[in-house]
Amino acid sequence: MKIFPLTLLPNDANVNFMKLRWVSIAVAALIMFVAIGAMVTRNFNYALDFTGGNLVEVHLAKPVGLDTVRERLAADGYDSAQVQTYGSGNELLIRLQPREGDSGSAATAHAAEAVMKAVSGADNQAKILRNEFVGPQVGRELALNGLYALLFVVVGFLIYIAFRFEWKFAVAAIITTLHDVIVVAGWFAISGHEFDLTVLAGILSVMGYSINDTIVVFDRVRENFRSMRADPETVLNKSINQTLSRTVITSFVAFLTVFALYLYGGGSLRGMAESQMIGIIIGTLSSIFVACPLLTLGLLKVSKQDLLPKAKDEAALARRP
Amino acid sequence: MLTFARWKYFAILVVLVVSVLYALPNAYPQDPSVQISAARSGSTQIDAALAKRAADLLAQAKIPTKSVQVEDQGNLMVRLNDTEQQTRAADLLRPQLGSDYVVALSLAPTVPGWLEALGAKPMPRGLDLQGGVHFVMQVDQAAALNKRLEAYVEDVRATLRDSAVPYTSVVRRGNEAIVATLAGNADADKAQKQLRTAFPTLTQDLEGRTLTLNIPQSELQRISLDAIEQNLTTLRNRINAFGVAEPVIQRQGTDRVVIQLPGLQDTAEAKRQIGATATLEFRAVVGDEAAAAAAVRDRNVPPEARVYYNEAKQPLLLSKRLLVSGDQLVNAIPGNDQQGQPSVSITLNAIGGQRMLNHTLENVGKRLGIVYVEQIPVTEIVDGKEVRTTRTEERVISSSRIQGVFGKDFQTTGLSRDEANSLAKQLKSGALAAPMTFVEERVVGPSLGADNVKRGTTAVLYSFVFALTFFLIYYRMFGLITCLALLLNLLMVVALMSMIGATMSLPGFAGLALSVGMSVDANVLINERIREELRAGVPPQAAIASGYDKASGTIFDSNMTALLAGLALLAFGTGPLQGFAMTMIIGILTSVFTAVTVSRGIATLIYGNRRKLKSIAI
Repeated sequence: MKIFPLTLLPNDANVNFMKLRWVSIAVAALIMFVAIGAMVTRNFNYALDFTGGNLVEVHLAKPVGLDTVRERLAADGYDSAQVQTYGSGNELLIRLQPREGDSGSAATAHAAEAVMKAVSGADNQAKILRNEFVGPQVGRELALNGLYALLFVVVGFLIYIAFRFEWKFAVAAIITTLHDVIVVAGWFAISGHEFDLTVLAGILSVMGYSINDTIVVFDRVRENFRSMRADPETVLNKSINQTLSRTVITSFVAFLTVFALYLYGGGSLRGMAESQMIGIIIGTLSSIFVACPLLTLGLLKVSKQDLLPKAKDEAALARRP
Repeated sequence: MLTFARWKYFAILVVLVVSVLYALPNAYPQDPSVQISAARSGSTQIDAALAKRAADLLAQAKIPTKSVQVEDQGNLMVRLNDTEQQTRAADLLRPQLGSDYVVALSLAPTVPGWLEALGAKPMPRGLDLQGGVHFVMQVDQAAALNKRLEAYVEDVRATLRDSAVPYTSVVRRGNEAIVATLAGNADADKAQKQLRTAFPTLTQDLEGRTLTLNIPQSELQRISLDAIEQNLTTLRNRINAFGVAEPVIQRQGTDRVVIQLPGLQDTAEAKRQIGATATLEFRAVVGDEAAAAAAVRDRNVPPEARVYYNEAKQPLLLSKRLLVSGDQLVNAIPGNDQQGQPSVSITLNAIGGQRMLNHTLENVGKRLGIVYVEQIPVTEIVDGKEVRTTRTEERVISSSRIQGVFGKDFQTTGLSRDEANSLAKQLKSGALAAPMTFVEERVVGPSLGADNVKRGTTAVLYSFVFALTFFLIYYRMFGLITCLALLLNLLMVVALMSMIGATMSLPGFAGLALSVGMSVDANVLINERIREELRAGVPPQAAIASGYDKASGTIFDSNMTALLAGLALLAFGTGPLQGFAMTMIIGILTSVFTAVTVSRGIATLIYGNRRKLKSIAI
């Protein structure tokens, strides 16, 4: 085997993905239903951004027992305080719901006081690194905005792809992308990892990535439909195989960059990086195993006629950069 | 074949030079510093003498400084070596300089003058990267509307009374209308005419004895907008007073105000200041300035008067009797009087108007003083304990002559344009138009901020190293081209973000890393296409050319869709998320440019002119 040029995948890859299509679609559907089930039954571990409440991050001279802190906070009227260590173990992240009767400005001050009282001992100096309060109203609005953004993206994708390609491609791409989003969101429901604003941003960027991957394959499908004389399944299969090494390499490098974010970005970026890492893997797999197989099913079945160059298309192609 | 127009090389070169210039300011670290400015314009001087005084004070306390000098915008900037000394210096200077100066923690740029002359500035950093306080306050619009509509009802009653139209009741119906039931013998036409002059914006409906004044939607919106604008002005005045170098005070949506105070740590103090109360008092002027000066000199103040001071610290005697108080002030708008001179139109409510009428009937030609009264919370250390008290600050903001008899609407004239604007603002800022509550509050410590910067840069650095290493090994010469394109991409993103003044935050770093991923995609598409063409037996130069041609259509489509996701985030996200979206969008645009145009230019430069090219390293 030659070392150069280096290849991750054999150049003449010719896996019959279409033959596997029932299996792959079934597996994708199964994973999606598990994700939906998890979201329905377990719900998300919503962060402060969405639920409202207080968050206090403290740095301590010496580590303390988490249970002691919890007990002391409970004694002070904060029943369901979440206490976790962070970073080196000398840092605590504490989440509290405001005590009854505490309004916005008082809530923050009281929370900070209670936390200081609970964590500091005679010889253990505590320092507040971060103290946040979010009203419940703000959280609800954020969640709503997230939903709007999701809808905006879906509709935008549909219009753009239907315009540039064909409606069947648009529907197939949207189904694939929604599948990816649901799976990533499902992961957060299953793992119980915190779902905050940056995770939401991560998921939206996963949509961008996932559709990107699918478009690249579809672009090749369109090209091959015009140049090859073969039945749709062969064309689809050929297209996936031709773009396979690109798909894998891009995903590999993109995964590496996000992995760096996960490793070195610290706690605040971990959720975002996690959603993107899973999104990249799922997005890659679905662009190979789900997007094209969808184009052979029922109403979405594409034929050469769908992609025969139309007059309008020709003009658009000529204008392309 | 493989050619590249000369003008395109020139364009790339220009882009490169501009990118380097505008990205450069970010490489200069900022000096922790203490900024000293005048508390109120005009009365205090920021000059070399003050600089010397500050330098001497710091030298006595053995706090080393980098420099102490008057810098642009007429502020005195004390540059220090680290944040710990910065806090010490501010704590030392604040009490020594007194309330005439605002002493604020600040970050002074170290960007050389020639770069600044080009307009090149570093990206502003978000609170998560430099520490500070972030508040979101909610304005109670319902209360503002209530207050204003109650005043309307009161005014309708007064108008009817003044025009001698008997009525049985005037009530409010929701937020839509005011219903006046006239007495049996009332002159409905007269009532309508009088009310039309008094309330030109309201439409009227007469049915029998019932006169309905409808409040149009536009009027309600105006009231809401006015309320939040008035609150914003009030907040701005209060925040300016306590010295934060670059505060952000912005309206968000229809009923929220976002306040960011970078570098500030004492939240409790900030919240008390923001929530401080202020009011206005209208009092008759006793004697003139000369009499007041004499009274102060001889300590012989007439029993019915008190000494007040104006902004320039000149004394004035005002009556002890309170004529009209601030809660009777409904509105103050700067404008022009009949002669086109700047003026402030003041509107009082019915009670205030009646009192004003009675007073002016007897006192035409005498002067009327308006006093601004503010309750400022102070924290003092007494016997080692924190004691919280309030200090009352009073100053005369206007003392004009009464020109004629007037009631609830009158004008103050004899002011310059600036004075009129400032007076209107101060009158309005006397009180918050509507109560506000804190709905969000985030305090980030400076050490966490510094930590976040370190983590963010490390993460972006590694994501680059990972990607570049892979490309160099996997694509060899074309890997090198890709690396150059990626680096230019990063440079362009930073430069563009700095140019538009986008705020860098922690998610912004994630956006940077992600833009690497996007850029990677475009480059891989091209490189794989070239390999494909080579495998198909196309000669190297033609393979490169058609690789770029065929890939560019795909790159365009795939990036346009990713761009949509970025736009959605920008439109629906808030704060740091918008920063992330901004970086992502800019990253996508620049990556298309660098991958398609720049890398092709480099490839052509390397391979374009070789006559007999047998193989290429890809």
